[in-house]
Amino acid sequence: MITPAAIIAVASSAALVILGLALILTVWRVVAGPTLPDRILALDMLTGIAIGFIAVIAVKTRFSLYIDIAISLGLVGFLATVAFARFVLSRGNIKSKPSASAANGKTQKRRAGGKKR
Amino acid sequence: MIDYIVAAVTALLLIVGSLFALAAAIGLVRLPDLYTRMHSASKAGTVGSGLLLLAAGLYSQDPAILARALAGFVFFLLTAPVSAHLLARTAHRSGYDLGALSVRDDIRDR
Repeated sequence: MITPAAIIAVASSAALVILGLALILTVWRVVAGPTLPDRILALDMLTGIAIGFIAVIAVKTRFSLYIDIAISLGLVGFLATVAFARFVLSRGNIKSKPSASAANGKTQKRRAGGKKR
Repeated sequence: MIDYIVAAVTALLLIVGSLFALAAAIGLVRLPDLYTRMHSASKAGTVGSGLLLLAAGLYSQDPAILARALAGFVFFLLTAPVSAHLLARTAHRSGYDLGALSVRDDIRDR
């Protein structure tokens, strides 16, 4: 007869393997991703996979304090993505930078336009 | 008996959640440009980590912990579209192009 603990052990091990595969694919996107927003998106996804790992470990070890850690990791990941998006916005348009000063002026004008709208 | 039901539902949630996370990662690798990858990561990735969190909350068999896991799931459901939309809007405004297969760009002049 299969015990409930055995079911959980098999399922959590399988989930760890599948999540590890997903982690490897996402890390490949972080390394290879052609543009900066691609890497930011992959880092956001990496936070989600880390939350999944923490939840699976919480099931495996029956230590439910891990759930609070997962929630706070989600909060930090969201704030990190917002901060990275602000950074991309503050770099200005990537297509128009003939020189540093001209790109700076373009950024200023763009920011003023954004405020008006 | 109740132990078997809880274990079976938890095992199902674990497998389905990690498969959703794997689908999101495959989409992140295979899709052609940032805007389609954003769609894959924010939808399937959120469901994946949310289901895994729900499995952890359910397996503890404690209403307080289940309520915390549910609150975390709702928090991810609220913040994932916000961060993905913010990132896509920012990338579009800073001039990152759509993929070669895209046929239409509705917010080009805004």
